[in-house]
Amino acid sequence: MVVMIVLATLVVFLISHLVPADPILAQLGDMQAANPAMVAAYRARWGLDLPIWQQYLIFLEGLVHGNFGVSISTQRPVLDDILQYAPATIELSTIAFLLSVIIGVPLGVIAAVRRDSWIDHFARLLSLVGVSAPTFWLAFVVLALFYGGLQIAPGPGRLDVVYLPPPFVTGLYLIDSALAGQWDVFRNAAAHLVLPSTVLAATTLGLITRTTRAAMLESLGQDYVRVGRAKGLKDRTIIIRHALPNALIPVVTLGGLAYAVLLSGTVLTETIFSWPGLGRYTFRSAVSLDFPAIMGITFLVAVVYLVINLIVDLSYALLDPRVVRQ
Amino acid sequence: MTDPAMNETTGSTAPLLEVNDLQVHFHTDNGVVRAVDGVSFHVDAGETVGIVGESGSGKSVTALSIIRLLEEPSRIAGGEIVFRGDNVLAMDKERIRSLRGGEVAMVFQDPMTSLNPVIRVARQLVEALLVHRRITPKAARGRAVGLLGRMGITAPDRAIDNFPHEFSGGMRQRVMLAMGFGNEPSLLIADEPTTALDVTIQAQILDLLKELNSDFGTAVLMISHDLGVIANVCSRIIVMYGGEVVEEGSIEELLSDPRHPYTWALINAVPRLDRDPGADRRLTTIEGTPPDALDMPKGCRFAPRCPFRIARCDEHPSLERIGPRRSTRCWVTQAGEPLPRREEHAARAAPSPVDPASRQLPADGAAPLLEVRGLVKHFPLRRQGFFGPQEVIHAVDGVDLAVGQGETVGLVGESGCGKSTLARLITRIHNPTAGKILFEGTDIAQRSRAEMRPLRRRMQMIFQDPFASLNPRMTVGDILAEPIRFHGLAQGRAVNERVQELLALVGLNPRAAGSYPHEFSGGQRQRIGTARALAVDPQLIVADEPISSLDVNIQAQVINLFLDLQQRLGLTFLFIAHDLAVVRHISDRIVVLYLGKVMETAPAATLFEEPLHPYSVSLISAVPIPDVEAERSRRRILLEGDPPSAIHPPSGCRFRTRCPIAREICAAEMPPLQEHRPGHFAACHFPGGMGEWR
Repeated sequence: MVVMIVLATLVVFLISHLVPADPILAQLGDMQAANPAMVAAYRARWGLDLPIWQQYLIFLEGLVHGNFGVSISTQRPVLDDILQYAPATIELSTIAFLLSVIIGVPLGVIAAVRRDSWIDHFARLLSLVGVSAPTFWLAFVVLALFYGGLQIAPGPGRLDVVYLPPPFVTGLYLIDSALAGQWDVFRNAAAHLVLPSTVLAATTLGLITRTTRAAMLESLGQDYVRVGRAKGLKDRTIIIRHALPNALIPVVTLGGLAYAVLLSGTVLTETIFSWPGLGRYTFRSAVSLDFPAIMGITFLVAVVYLVINLIVDLSYALLDPRVVRQ
Repeated sequence: MTDPAMNETTGSTAPLLEVNDLQVHFHTDNGVVRAVDGVSFHVDAGETVGIVGESGSGKSVTALSIIRLLEEPSRIAGGEIVFRGDNVLAMDKERIRSLRGGEVAMVFQDPMTSLNPVIRVARQLVEALLVHRRITPKAARGRAVGLLGRMGITAPDRAIDNFPHEFSGGMRQRVMLAMGFGNEPSLLIADEPTTALDVTIQAQILDLLKELNSDFGTAVLMISHDLGVIANVCSRIIVMYGGEVVEEGSIEELLSDPRHPYTWALINAVPRLDRDPGADRRLTTIEGTPPDALDMPKGCRFAPRCPFRIARCDEHPSLERIGPRRSTRCWVTQAGEPLPRREEHAARAAPSPVDPASRQLPADGAAPLLEVRGLVKHFPLRRQGFFGPQEVIHAVDGVDLAVGQGETVGLVGESGCGKSTLARLITRIHNPTAGKILFEGTDIAQRSRAEMRPLRRRMQMIFQDPFASLNPRMTVGDILAEPIRFHGLAQGRAVNERVQELLALVGLNPRAAGSYPHEFSGGQRQRIGTARALAVDPQLIVADEPISSLDVNIQAQVINLFLDLQQRLGLTFLFIAHDLAVVRHISDRIVVLYLGKVMETAPAATLFEEPLHPYSVSLISAVPIPDVEAERSRRRILLEGDPPSAIHPPSGCRFRTRCPIAREICAAEMPPLQEHRPGHFAACHFPGGMGEWR
């Protein structure tokens, strides 16, 4: 784990420094970049004149102290930026993830049990549409339909302009507003989450439904299911207690990966819904070649992936006792 | 039919189970398959009845129908199943659930997959008790522990909290039996309950089944392809072929005087331990394959393969009573005539295509084609933590072996004894840890891959699974042409000619070259695998369980093919199998392996007549023989428990932990492999010490 994180920092650092793009040009603009004195001063200011390994060590030392450097474009510490934008993304992704698991797993199970019934066809259609519909298209469609047309959903942003954000505790508006007892804010924040999280959940929901269905079909075909029937168990017991735990293993793998993807990049959805999250921050930093910010975010994403992978691996041991065999 | 008076065979009491004119259909894309076509039989309370037949005969489908466990696309299309006077087919969901696992228990073939891998054994046992009786979970657990102990599991109170993967195959089948007997059923259906187990473990489970039958009075309906297994447990046999019952009768009558040619073939076309293979060693076979279920013969379904067929067989015969408790579906025997004995038939049958006397065995003192000295293969296990001890599996642990030119050496032993590893070492699929492999006198143990390549032509392997060992996306012609081209044995048109020749050699139609492997049956695929091995004109063929996955009749055909090929081409065989009867039939010499070591080596006939090692004695005695007299007259040695772990093999003699005659010295010293009679080696401190046991 530690080795992996160090490797991640190295990769993060190298990638952003080996990119054939000059941040000076991007930051200073053509006029000033033509002035050697300006360029030299700029380089010295951001440490770009040091040898590359020294830059790496400085970067590493900073990481150890929780210092991700200062963003070139916002002039604020990268960590502060990330902390400011992350909660919006975490809130959105988590809701989307929960949505896809809570709907996807039972739907997949029912589809497998009632194979070739109307609900199976519905589940397969839903997962096909969810996986294949482009996110931006889906986002525009739901916005146009529910916000523009029917006017039953609130527009972009995390809150209506009449509401102030709840006092900061976690940065997740749902939790913060509930803690502060501001139920009107809670309701409004929740309403604002509906459309973007649905759009975001579509792909994940499709994948999870499909994987659950396939894994359940396999699991239901196993001998122990027939043995369960021969024992006289109820169908429900066989499905939930015998078949499902065996089918969950591939679903957990996929779910972990999907959650990590949601957490680390939802640029399109965030942009369309004007969601002040990490996706938009990443996009802006990338466009302006803001290396400290890019490195900070990339590193964060690497850590998120590693942590989620660790959780997935640990849950294997819970799901399948054969994993911990001597 | 539920009227007791209708039932002549059982007198006044109604049978426990009655199946009348059962029809089961499979709805496939190609049409309706009548998997079970008008099957009727009954089982009395406390009786042991066996259903025997090859795959596709409908025996398992019949068994599953009894408690309505069939799944789509199969459907019970007609007939009735009456259990204790109740029509099973008319029962509602609740009633059928109380029948399943309550009054009728079922044990399946593969104990490895029958238990849910992610649930503790305790819960799997307890839930079976809780659905059928009003007891507390705690009481159920107590009962489950008691049941496990009754089934012969040591320390059941601890074992019950294990997960299934922590049990061996035999132990899992005991768990399945505990589950089945938990609610004191009046009928136990056992579908091939020992097919997946080793012969010594099979003997344990069969004994347990018989004991449970007599202790609890539970009737047993046993389904198997192995007549020996059925004969061991059951008092009455039903023989199925092509979805029909073709013969029924008591075990004694049916085995000594079969009245249906298929039964006759089952009894006579199977290699038997108690029968001298003779100089010819060829088995009586019935040619051909089981009928196509989509296109059953109009007349007798067995007629196309029947050696006794007469003109009337074009008409479909009905199941006729021929004795007080016997019936058969055959025109030939309906008049009451018995079928000829095996010897009479063999005398009339066509002689073997090759004169057995022409076979040349190596002279004494001639250098063997293959010699293995002190061969060792250790598989390292993953360390437990960074500083954990490095443990190894002693898969093959110092094996000496020689195979002479033109000889067949059989290698037998239970699963995990290292026989497959040994095969892979000799063909250098695995790299040996230590030891020598002399092929024609040169050591190939340490040769590199490139140095091995020219040698590959001379030694070929035939694999166990004819389904997995042929590439499904290549035509048979391409599969056979590949090695010919690779080794540069032929070019251009000559390759095709060689392919045709090979197909003819293994008894396949040369037109088969254009087909894909899935278009062939298991036996035909094994012929293709054999042709592939022969494509490069090898001297040595290492066959790793080549017939284990085939039906008995197909086994006999493939064995005969091997014998023919050997005689025609002068091949040398190293034949690996767990089936002692098969090995006896085909081998000149036999090597008995246990936990990576050779226990005994002897000429085939000698090994079975006078085995010296207690392990060989026990192995031979564990094989069930389909002959009531022979079974009664011999003494069965039941080995206890499972073979020990190859990670920590026992000190001294490897077999001592299960040996009935082990003494102190056996734990202290490892007995060397010594020649006790000419050509007869045994690694035992007390060779022949089990003489009076036999």
